[in-house]
Amino acid sequence: MKKDESNIKYVFLTIVTFIIFFLTWQLLAEFDIVGKYMPSPVDVFRAFVFKLSNIGPDGSLLSTNILTSLKVSLLGFSVAVVIGIPLGLFMGWYRLFDRIVKTLFELIRPIPAVAWIPLMIVWVGVGLTAKALIIFFAAFVPCVINSYTGIRQTNPALINVAKTYGASNFYTFLHVGVPSAIPMIFAGMRVALSTSWGTLVAAEMLAASSGLGYMISMARSFGRADVVVLGMVVIGALGYIFTLLFSKIESVINKGGTV
Amino acid sequence: MDETKIRVEHLTKKFGDLLVLDDISFSVKKGEFVCVVGPTGCGKTTFLNLLTRIYQPTQGELYIDGTPADPKIHNISFAFQEPSAMPWLNVEQNLQFGMKIKKIPEDERKRRVERILKLLGLEEFRKSYPRELSVSAEQRVIIGRAFSTYPDLLLMDEPYGQMDIKMRFYLEDEVLKLWKEFGSTVIFITHNIEEATYLAERVLILTNKPATIKENLEINLPHPRDVTSPEFIEIRRHITDAIKWW
Repeated sequence: MKKDESNIKYVFLTIVTFIIFFLTWQLLAEFDIVGKYMPSPVDVFRAFVFKLSNIGPDGSLLSTNILTSLKVSLLGFSVAVVIGIPLGLFMGWYRLFDRIVKTLFELIRPIPAVAWIPLMIVWVGVGLTAKALIIFFAAFVPCVINSYTGIRQTNPALINVAKTYGASNFYTFLHVGVPSAIPMIFAGMRVALSTSWGTLVAAEMLAASSGLGYMISMARSFGRADVVVLGMVVIGALGYIFTLLFSKIESVINKGGTV
Repeated sequence: MDETKIRVEHLTKKFGDLLVLDDISFSVKKGEFVCVVGPTGCGKTTFLNLLTRIYQPTQGELYIDGTPADPKIHNISFAFQEPSAMPWLNVEQNLQFGMKIKKIPEDERKRRVERILKLLGLEEFRKSYPRELSVSAEQRVIIGRAFSTYPDLLLMDEPYGQMDIKMRFYLEDEVLKLWKEFGSTVIFITHNIEEATYLAERVLILTNKPATIKENLEINLPHPRDVTSPEFIEIRRHITDAIKWW
């Protein structure tokens, strides 16, 4: 009963925060306080309705743009997860592997993902692969770093438990190291996902015919600030949905609530 | 019944120039409960870590059933000082952790888990995760897990170090119950003299660093022991005097 009441209270507070946010935004736009190119929430909503059934100004419906962007960012992100997490885990657990790979990784790590754009054009053209690769570079680093740190922080007492039972190093890695690193891995995946979306706009500027980043950059060219903000809001909303999804998956996998 | 299970010969450990353990030799009979006591910082934990092969000795060797100890060959269990239940496994899964490494068949694993859950009164917590348990319940899981593999040698490193006296006595009785039930050979490290007197059939008293064995004391009192009996108090006083370095 008390928990229900407290939940209702928090939902109410969230709604109030939203109302205050949108009202402030509306007022700022209404009275041109920030500048005359600032669209109001109502303008953005109108743009949203408009983009559901109209292809202007970028040439695609909003749904097409969302699908294209999802495809690009999830492809890049998934490859980063599949390669980055095992790499980070192996680097964190096996010292020799760490010594071999770390210097190279540390050299590549500071390079911004967008710096790869010119090379990508030369290597793989301007299609889906190029864009997904740029997102891969952006998402790869947090995946590696977090799984590396996560597994390095494994409680030595837990490793010793497995060792004294006579477990092999690989068994200990799989059954002690990896589960210990799960919370950090998920944190890394969250960072990687937001980085993916962040890089999306840049990746779609590379050359595209649809996508949220493309929609934003085209809308900018046509002076459609409402569509620009719509693109931003959609990216934010998608990011939020994925964060919720990750939290759900994490709560299923990480039942013990490891810190 | 009197067969030697563990034989430690000339065990010496140096960390750089620091000599921590100096030529320790003793043996433990099958099914015996031995407590190792010594002043704080004398190297008790190092001693245990040598027995489990977490550290390699500088000199000397530890034999189980006549062959050099090896966790991959021998059945060794360790109950650590710090909480060491796997946070991502529930009580049942934690109890099975060691048995899975030892490749004990599933049926047998389940049978043993049921037995331990019952013995330790943890049946209602079988699906709970360590974070949902009290410190003492988590420690019981660790002790249960240590016994679950029916170890040749069970090493315990002050497993009740962080508990109050009431909980200590309660868990000490639990350990004795498991020890009698499973017939394991136990080496129990503690700095608590009362605990050693209460539990051990034999007490090894270590000196200050570099640690050597100062005395090998048999305690012939029956379990459960009365901590107020004159014999108990006398033995406790004797160990206290032996351990004094001031």
